[in-house]
Amino acid sequence: MQRIGVFVCHCGSNIAATVDVKKVVEIISQEPGVAHCEDYQYMCSEAGQAKILEAVKEKNLSGIVVCSCSPRMHEGTFRKAAERAGLNPYMVEIANIREHCSWIHKDMEEATEKAVILARAAIAKVNLNAPLYPGESRVTKRALVIGGGIAGIQTALDIADAGYEVDIVEKTPSIGGRMSQLDKTFPTLDCSACILTPKMVEAAAHEKITIYTYSEVDKVTGFVGDFTVDIRKKARSIDMDKCTGCGVCQEKCPSKKTPSEFNRGLNTRSAIYTPFAQAIPNVPVIDREACIKFKTGKCGLCEKVCQAGAINYEQTDEIVTEKYGAIVVATGFDTIKLDNYDEYAYNQSPDVITSLELERVMNAAGPTKGHLERLSDGKHPEHIVFVQCVGSRCNDNRGKSYCSKICCMYTAKHAMLIRDKYPDVKVTVFYIDVRTPGKNFDEFYRRAVEEYGVNYIKGQVGKVAPQSDGSLLVQASDLLDNKQIKLKADMVVLATAIEPDPSVRRIATMLTASIDTNNFLTESHAKLRPVESPTAGIFLSGVCQGPKDIPETVAQAGAAAVKAIGLLAKDKLLTNPCTAKSDELLCNGCSVCANVCPYGAISYEVVQVNDHGIREDRRVARVNNALCQGCGACTVACPSGAMDLQGFSNRQIIAEVDAICR
Amino acid sequence: MQRLIDRAKELLADGTVVRVLGWKKGDLGFNPEPAYFETAEALDSDFIYDGFCGANLSKYMIEASKKDGKTLVFLKPCDTYSFNQLIKEHRVDREKAYIIGVGCKGKLDIEKIKAMGVKGILSVEGASMDSECETLTVKTLYGDKEVSYNEAMLERCHVCKGKEHQIADEVMLESRDTKDAERFAEVEKIEAMSPLEKFEFFKKELSKCIRCNACRNVCPACSCRKCVFDSTKFDEATKANVDSFEEKMFHIIRAFHVAGRCTDCGECSRVCPQGIPLHLFNRKFIKDIDTFYGEFQAGEDTETKGPLTNFTFDDVEPSIVTERG
Repeated sequence: MQRIGVFVCHCGSNIAATVDVKKVVEIISQEPGVAHCEDYQYMCSEAGQAKILEAVKEKNLSGIVVCSCSPRMHEGTFRKAAERAGLNPYMVEIANIREHCSWIHKDMEEATEKAVILARAAIAKVNLNAPLYPGESRVTKRALVIGGGIAGIQTALDIADAGYEVDIVEKTPSIGGRMSQLDKTFPTLDCSACILTPKMVEAAAHEKITIYTYSEVDKVTGFVGDFTVDIRKKARSIDMDKCTGCGVCQEKCPSKKTPSEFNRGLNTRSAIYTPFAQAIPNVPVIDREACIKFKTGKCGLCEKVCQAGAINYEQTDEIVTEKYGAIVVATGFDTIKLDNYDEYAYNQSPDVITSLELERVMNAAGPTKGHLERLSDGKHPEHIVFVQCVGSRCNDNRGKSYCSKICCMYTAKHAMLIRDKYPDVKVTVFYIDVRTPGKNFDEFYRRAVEEYGVNYIKGQVGKVAPQSDGSLLVQASDLLDNKQIKLKADMVVLATAIEPDPSVRRIATMLTASIDTNNFLTESHAKLRPVESPTAGIFLSGVCQGPKDIPETVAQAGAAAVKAIGLLAKDKLLTNPCTAKSDELLCNGCSVCANVCPYGAISYEVVQVNDHGIREDRRVARVNNALCQGCGACTVACPSGAMDLQGFSNRQIIAEVDAICR
Repeated sequence: MQRLIDRAKELLADGTVVRVLGWKKGDLGFNPEPAYFETAEALDSDFIYDGFCGANLSKYMIEASKKDGKTLVFLKPCDTYSFNQLIKEHRVDREKAYIIGVGCKGKLDIEKIKAMGVKGILSVEGASMDSECETLTVKTLYGDKEVSYNEAMLERCHVCKGKEHQIADEVMLESRDTKDAERFAEVEKIEAMSPLEKFEFFKKELSKCIRCNACRNVCPACSCRKCVFDSTKFDEATKANVDSFEEKMFHIIRAFHVAGRCTDCGECSRVCPQGIPLHLFNRKFIKDIDTFYGEFQAGEDTETKGPLTNFTFDDVEPSIVTERG
């Protein structure tokens, strides 16, 4: 029997306002096995921890229950306190009477009863606790960055500058990401490419950085400090070592009808292509779906014109397997599909475009060479209407509930740039709210209104109707004047909501990193661990974690890099001792546990066992403690109960349930 | 049947196998039981294979796999699913088995004949594999009675999985597909009940349980070296001995333990001395698995991961499952 000390925390009024802590102490003191019970205002404080130390010494305690906040908060604190008192840190259990009790209940009587029950469950568990000892695991001093946009590039540069090897995996043929598609950037209006390309070049030239473009992560195994990743280098059909990037192949390619991804489908590209002029690497890719040679077997023109002999139609996907200590996800975003928004006539009129498409229209390398013109007839527009919050802050199921955060600012930028370059063009912006928190952001917006005469109307657009004369009729409400208005426009630009790049779901699954309902990767703590995934060793950089603009993305990229560097700087990590363990006498050798193990931690071997005098060779499960993450999937799958989780054994869980149901 | 005996003797004689796992005659004319045969003489005198040989011999191969030399085992089409599943779980050694897939025309349930009001049964004729298996002549103390073969079949044979053997070294005797009912019809009836009605139904059925463990012991999926209910390591054992635990929990825990691995061989219901329709639990699991993850038949092969021990990107999301109810 354990001698258990129970400590009930008030958490100021967080717990004490809803739970009668004195009554909890009174009841719990009577529980069998409880040798000591007291309450204190802040158990996590120095004084609170001192109480634990004192009680362990005085009452010779063998186990501790702290009734306080979530173990996610202070389990570590109390384990260390127990260790200082001479106990094994794993003899501590937390009864979460804050998040699971006081915060979610109003009635004091009920909450107090529940707090008592939760304490009893923890006591029942401690009764069956046994000391556990962590092992050690090594740290591979190399980081992987998934995504080669500005977030990924910045993270990679920062990690590389700290002296660690970094690999960037980018699924498109070039690094650069969304930022490379932008024309100018707010609030300073500097050219996006001018500030991005030096970073791209720096990353490409950095001796510690390896860039895998046109590549995808295929498989991830292992754990913090020791990941093994298969990277699929998709067949480029070009020998990267031979190609000089002269571009003749692209000029001569007869298949030129594929919509250009880089220009958002506003113009076309050849089947063999580099996405944009400053692409890194400056080596084209053959799009095998569009290539005549791949489709019909005839053509082969690029091979004929290539002086370097770099074309290789036989190239196949190549798998590179590499080990990493840390992985940074920087998969970025895309704009949402507008199929649910028929009222804006996006699919009906080429003159209704998204803001990202406008970036390409405004860009000198874009489909119109930077001339502002209607995509339907090439005419110069007289009136452009911008619609804010298309799919953002949407309460119905058509769009996204969140604010995409960047649209207010880039719309002000677009309006300002258009008014600056074409003062004859009238610009109207429909908005719900204009949100400009950020350094020099509000000043920027006010300049658009005050200096550039952009017409901001508070209200939403109900319908955009293409007219027979080629113009667009915009019906909207003006909320400040409280009236319905109709405007004739030549172009309508939709500030389309952004969403995480769809590839993130697959990557999150491979990394066992959690994502929220909007597919944004979840941070370990919304405020205190904003760039770390709850999965150890996985860090988050850029919009994959939540909407943000370039300065925020770069700042977060740096933060993620620092966290990764902090991990890579360690030589060894202590492993969690709460891992699965198989009882070989009970093991059937059926492999169910190995089938369900997401970490590949279970293998089988034939051993000679002595089962109460019966000696025989049996196929039994073996858990690799370094790989096991203690998820418990195997313990519930094991039909014979041979597999058990140390620190969360089946008996402990049942004892907790029994205590709750008592 | 004589062909089976002759073939078994051949395989014993040429050393292919050292023993035969089959059925031997019981003390009555309708209760054969699984048995090992090691000599031609034993085969001649005791071996039987007729309509009453319902017993699935797959599970016996777990022990036979540990013995020296190969064992000849007779498996009916539905038994082969269980054998495949046991291979998948590394519980039997394929190399230690010589499998003769035997034909099956549907297996008989003496309880069904008794339930027809036939009393004082001495023997049953017409159950031999050589007969048409259309009509049975039941010899009783009170004279002969004619009974339809079909109506005397086990429940499982009315939802027959088909006459193909999933694994065999050779196949002997003709089979016929006896399916004439919907597999999930009974489950759907229970699903349509209110929660209270369901509880009452299962309470009524399960309260008959005498915890003889026949269902568990016969079940090819219940092949654990040590059952959690027999182990002192777990609290299940003690809990099972108090209160009315068994009727509420034993069978439900067992159904969970075999979920995704149960081939629906129906042995549990066949051997239950109390006539509890135990297969309904398993079949409910199978129906749900089919609904959520696509149709899956355990034991169709020896490789595929069962849907409950596998993850694919197409897997239904738990939230959607909740919505579906």
